[in-house]
Amino acid sequence: MTLSSTAPIDANKYEIAHLELVPKRHIGRMVAAAVVLLLLAALVRAFSVGQIEWSYVRDFMFAPTIIAGLGNTLLMTVAAMALGIVLGVVIAIMRISGNPVLSSIAVAYVWIFRGAPALLQLMIWFNLALIFPTMGIPGLFEFRTVDLMTPFVAAMLGLGISQGAYTSEVVRSGLLSVDTGQYEAARSIGMTHMRMLRRIVLPQAMRVMVPPIGNEVIGMVKLTSLASVIQYSEILHNAQIIYFANTRVLELLLVASFWYLIVVSVLSVGQFYIERYFGRGVKSIRSSV
Amino acid sequence: MTSEIIVKAVDVSKRFGNFLALDKVNVEVKRGEVSCIIGPSGSGKSTFLRCINLLERMDGGAIWVSDELVGYRRDGNKLHEISDSEIARQRRRIGMVFQRFNLFPHMTALQNIMEGPVQVMGETTKAAREHAEMLLDRVGLGDKKNHYPSELSGGQQQRVAIARAMGMRPELILFDEPTSALDPELVSEVLDVMHDLASSGMTMIVVTHEMGFARNVANTVTFMEAGKVVETGLASKVLSTPKNARTAAFIQAVQS
Repeated sequence: MTLSSTAPIDANKYEIAHLELVPKRHIGRMVAAAVVLLLLAALVRAFSVGQIEWSYVRDFMFAPTIIAGLGNTLLMTVAAMALGIVLGVVIAIMRISGNPVLSSIAVAYVWIFRGAPALLQLMIWFNLALIFPTMGIPGLFEFRTVDLMTPFVAAMLGLGISQGAYTSEVVRSGLLSVDTGQYEAARSIGMTHMRMLRRIVLPQAMRVMVPPIGNEVIGMVKLTSLASVIQYSEILHNAQIIYFANTRVLELLLVASFWYLIVVSVLSVGQFYIERYFGRGVKSIRSSV
Repeated sequence: MTSEIIVKAVDVSKRFGNFLALDKVNVEVKRGEVSCIIGPSGSGKSTFLRCINLLERMDGGAIWVSDELVGYRRDGNKLHEISDSEIARQRRRIGMVFQRFNLFPHMTALQNIMEGPVQVMGETTKAAREHAEMLLDRVGLGDKKNHYPSELSGGQQQRVAIARAMGMRPELILFDEPTSALDPELVSEVLDVMHDLASSGMTMIVVTHEMGFARNVANTVTFMEAGKVVETGLASKVLSTPKNARTAAFIQAVQS
């Protein structure tokens, strides 16, 4: 082979900028998508021909009992989660404190309240009157436990206290994520321990804590349905009351499902903005990859 | 320069397990003086610096800052450990600049400087802001006041950290290897700020490997090795005509 004989062909070989581009065909992707869409269509069809009276779903979506139940679900979510976060922060700070008694109590707290199902804890609080007929400080005040332990209080304590055990681990991982240099810098400008935690450490720990706590809030929205077992009038309980009367069981369960889905969707959007707030000053992982 | 002693360390000792990090260290720094501490790594320089503002607790000896015993209250023949809030009060007079800057990442440059004055000293936001802006101008970063630390170079972060220390109007600033974490081309901008600060009469104790800075700016130089003070004296004397053979060997080694 000589250079001179191939030279004319080679001159055209590198002139390809004007040629048409044919993208690769993703045959596998197309097949997979088609199969999944087919299955989805079958599912939609099943629900549409199934014996669901959609008019009941529509009519009860905004029924006063359902809306009241939704309100109680949200109230319980906020109350139990607030208790859980407060306990979580306190337990986490006890856990990392130098005081061996406090840190042992923190370990024991997590061990006990993470060790039993939330439903069981709820029922224990609700039935506390069986072993403690009255509660209070002798001489100062005293209550009959059955008056104090309403479904609301029992559910809040049961859910909040067990949540505190989980949240304390989230808070602790957040505190551990803050560089020791930050603690030293805070001390070097004369901050006391509590001010350092509040102003310097916790705001930075929040960046790490927000995604799992957001997860827990969303979990709590659904966990409040356990309170239906102890007669707390949250949305599932109220849906049950209606279907015990009209026997449209699945329709009302769908009503409750839609409301849970709506609440969780709104919270997910909220979480995005909270994450962005606590991530200030930190380059996002996405932009640096 | 007055001859008032601002830092006096007497027989300061510190152990980490079996390792004797500080072995009866004696140091004196006068008001307005720039004192450099040099020595090989692991010699206890940083540990000693951290004892001055109680980031480390010493196991023996004592340190006075402005005639006030650090970390303890003397009551007759007893020394009582002071409380968390009293330690915090003592630290307010002592600025500190760290090797790794340690700026608060969730605050802008300006907020970093204002944090101590507003939260700890109880200054009004307005007064603290004016002072902080003046300090940022002084370290040449007036235009970066609303930047977060992650948006600043290492040299700029360290200059903000110096401004943060100055924001507390301290009597003394400790520098713990302030240029060791910097890219070489950023070292001089930080040293210039420190030089300027020294000229303004700030008392500074600087742990450093920058022999040029020690030679040009320091009044006294202390050479430490294996937790002991080997040699201390006027900067010109110690750096040019060291008495001790090990001091001479170290200075030779870091300069070549």
